[in-house]
Amino acid sequence: MTKINDFVVRFANVNGTGSASANSMFAKAIFRMGIPVTPKNIFPSNIQGLPTWYEVRVSEKGYLGRREGIDLMVSVNPQSMLKDVESVRSGGYFMYDSTKPLHKEYIREDITYLGIPLMGICMEQYTDPRQRQLFKNIIYVGALSALLDIEFAVLEQLLAEQFKGKEKLVAPNVQALQLGVKYVQENFTFPLEIRVERRDLVGKRILFDGNGACGLGAVYAGATVAAWYPITPSTSVVEKFEKYAKKFRTDKETGEKNFAIVQAEDELAAIGMVIGANWNGARSFTATSGPGVSLMNEFLGLGYFAEIPAVLIDVQRTGPSTGMPTRTQQSDITISAYASHGDTKHVLLFPSNPKDCFELTADAFDLAERLQTPIIVLTDLDLGMNDHMSEPFEWNPERKYDRGKVYTAEDLENMGRFGRYLDSDGDGIPYRTYPGTHPTKGSYFTRGTSRDEYAVYTEDSAVYVKNMQRLEKKWDTAKEIVPKPYFYQEKNMSPLGVIFFGTSTYSSEEAIDLLREQDVVLDAMQLKAFPFNKDVEQFIEDHEVVFVIEQNRDAQMRSLLINELEINPKKLIRVLNYDGMPITADKIVKEISKNLTVA
Amino acid sequence: MTYIRPTFRHPDLPKNKINFTKKDYEGALSTLCAGCGHDSISGAIAQACFELSVEPHRIAKLSGIGCSSKTPAYFLGNSHGFNSVHGRMPSVATGAYLANRDLLYFGVSGDGDSASIGMGQFVHAIRRNLNMVYLVMNNGCYGLTKGQDSATADNGSKSKAGSVNPFNAIDLVGLSMELGATFVARSFSGDKAQLIPLIKAAIKHPGFAFIDVISPCVTFNNNVGSTKSYDYVREHIEATSTVDFVPIMEEITANYEDSKEITLHDGSALQLQKLHQGWNPEDKLSAMIALQNAKEKGEILTGLVYIEPNTNALHDVLQTAKTPLNILNEDVLCPGIDALEALNESLR
Ligand SMILES: Cc1ncc(C[n+]2csc(CCOP(=O)(O)OP(=O)(O)O)c2C)c(N)n1
Ligand code: SF4
Ligand SMILES: [Mg+2]
Repeated sequence: MTKINDFVVRFANVNGTGSASANSMFAKAIFRMGIPVTPKNIFPSNIQGLPTWYEVRVSEKGYLGRREGIDLMVSVNPQSMLKDVESVRSGGYFMYDSTKPLHKEYIREDITYLGIPLMGICMEQYTDPRQRQLFKNIIYVGALSALLDIEFAVLEQLLAEQFKGKEKLVAPNVQALQLGVKYVQENFTFPLEIRVERRDLVGKRILFDGNGACGLGAVYAGATVAAWYPITPSTSVVEKFEKYAKKFRTDKETGEKNFAIVQAEDELAAIGMVIGANWNGARSFTATSGPGVSLMNEFLGLGYFAEIPAVLIDVQRTGPSTGMPTRTQQSDITISAYASHGDTKHVLLFPSNPKDCFELTADAFDLAERLQTPIIVLTDLDLGMNDHMSEPFEWNPERKYDRGKVYTAEDLENMGRFGRYLDSDGDGIPYRTYPGTHPTKGSYFTRGTSRDEYAVYTEDSAVYVKNMQRLEKKWDTAKEIVPKPYFYQEKNMSPLGVIFFGTSTYSSEEAIDLLREQDVVLDAMQLKAFPFNKDVEQFIEDHEVVFVIEQNRDAQMRSLLINELEINPKKLIRVLNYDGMPITADKIVKEISKNLTVA
Repeated sequence: MTYIRPTFRHPDLPKNKINFTKKDYEGALSTLCAGCGHDSISGAIAQACFELSVEPHRIAKLSGIGCSSKTPAYFLGNSHGFNSVHGRMPSVATGAYLANRDLLYFGVSGDGDSASIGMGQFVHAIRRNLNMVYLVMNNGCYGLTKGQDSATADNGSKSKAGSVNPFNAIDLVGLSMELGATFVARSFSGDKAQLIPLIKAAIKHPGFAFIDVISPCVTFNNNVGSTKSYDYVREHIEATSTVDFVPIMEEITANYEDSKEITLHDGSALQLQKLHQGWNPEDKLSAMIALQNAKEKGEILTGLVYIEPNTNALHDVLQTAKTPLNILNEDVLCPGIDALEALNESLR
């Protein structure tokens, strides 16, 4: 059966062999042909030697979630070959290096083998071992272009862009592509049953990673101080911040920079620096993953109680440090929502694609300064480290940073006594001053809660309680100003609802379509932020049963909803995936259907 | 009990060059134990800032947790202060310093705060050469948690309860020199004549200025047998020299034979007299030898220990803009929509 623009190709490579750029050229070429693609890296916590996979889903319908069932496996890693053969769907294709014959344990009757002597061609064509390695990758891309009908000119164009400034490298790469094409032309019937056809389905969309978008968002939002400690999968957030800040914020003549980046000694120090910089009036952020959030807990509590803005980007991953650090999950929800000791809770934002990453990161800085509290942006490895097809970035040129309630020297000059923790506006948010503002007015001593509204030391119980109630009021204010949930329908149509957020969105949307084909209608709500506002509560109230789709074992978002909105737990049904791989629509459909038959 | 002082100002109080009186550099009433060394140090900090004519609001005070870390509430009441979390003042100071390079940063910590829980941050702040004063009020114990030995307690020092500390002490002075601190001094809370000029020089220093101040805890560690008691310190103190701070444009008065003058970064100077034998404060090796010799003799070496008057602090290393980062806004920080559109185009 011919499948146009609807298949999954998986590449099985060895970490550190230069396959990444060849593979992404493959995905980009299809994208350039106007067809939606979703590439995903599946990689181990290792620098060189272990198996890695790169999976590209091509979807005419624009579904961007992961899909089970591999239509074409490109196997260039003998180490994982047995598993790779098994993972091809019945009727699919298995491309392999046929320089040496395939052992019979790798032979399946129900799939088609495409043997190309990749190493043999390289040995014949190149003498330098490094070239043999690199061009092997390009040759299989060339072969794929012929097999799948990818336009050769598009690949040539991509190479020309990639080697801009190093034009000498273009010709040998094009030649390597041609070697692959030629082999296919001489040996196989092509194109295959699965193939691409040019479309116009991409429009103005871009292909970019979530971490890069967060870093860019921080540049646009005016972050000036970044402090961080390296940890997969968050590292590239600050690396991209640095890249764009260097480009856009360095004085061409003097080399002076309108930003400062410190690689801290650990995450405790990183968040401490962020708190110190924000206390002193600079927009500052850090990026980390679960283990780092654990270490940052004490400071996050201080930020909450002492009311200091901070932006933390948590790119979630699986499990502890020796868990599966290179696999994805949405499992830091509980620790982030209630980070630290005492009565603390934190504003969380849930981006679900690169455009969201850019916008919600920028919004996080406004929210942090408006609310004078830490804001945690919860993304994940899947979003952060993979390219995603996304709407292009937008920025309103009129946008002014919301620096929150800050008294200037002039304000202080013309007012009575300054009270750092006074609720002058009735929204629970007090006014602050930056150090160094006025010679005799507006200074105060920052500490946790052992102080009154004027920041004067006290351990009086009533004062403590009043302050905690004001913080609660501020929390209510937060509910009104955090991003609202997104509703997929104008009016509810079903007694069944579904809630999802972040990278579960792609597969959830697809699952809703698939279920509708089976006449199961679901109303859908995508969460964008915590605390939950009235709309979230109303949506749950309006449905008999609500499925909560998330990527962790303990149904953390479900618990948060139950806990914060006092919902009958029976009403919220778990739909979970926590194997470290992005959730699929099939899995969601299966889980929901299972519950429907029971009900 | 109220901690707010009456605002009445005596008209005849002496003023400094920028018209502030000594009172303008004081803080809230201390809640520390009467006789605590930390209070004397607070007084010395206020005095030094008054005499230097530092605008009080241009200083930011930062501290961790402990009796010592509470003191920033008790001096410089017109300055912002930040009583942060235990052992993490250096990171808060780093962020604050990055946000605004134009303020003076005064960090106050304790021996527990810096030599135990905060050791990691302490050493990294030195390594990064923040432009700040870092003063440790060193009493050899955890005052606020009722007197446990700290990591700076000397081996053999006896606690109030009679137990003898069996572990070697961490010497923050030697350590900070090893780590490349460019201003290193030790003093004693009971020796204001030495402490005040050292604080002034530390404030003027353009990089990380470390002062370890022995500051007896009268409540938990002032007993016979403790090496951090007033009596013990007085008996064993040995100064590298006498220290005088000479403001810019002022003549250096006396000129003895065994004296040395060190010109500081901004043109002010330190005049050192009665120099310790073989010690040269600008020669790290001689400073380390002097420190080691004193240790072997059971002496507590105080005074300036080592100085490198010109140094590149973190902002110089990072090449940060001269304008403080905290006052920049979207007009300079946001790259704008043309840049964004170009970027979008490159991602298609
Ligand atoms: C994370 C954490 N652990 C423990 C404490 C309890 N604690 C408060 S002060 C202190 C020791 C302070 O000792 P030091 O820094 O020497 O200050 P001193 O009171 O002696 O001036 C400790 C352990 C705390 N506040 N935070
Ligand atoms: S317990 Fe010791 S360190 Fe704390 S205030 Fe009292 S004397 Fe000072
Ligand atoms: Mg102590």
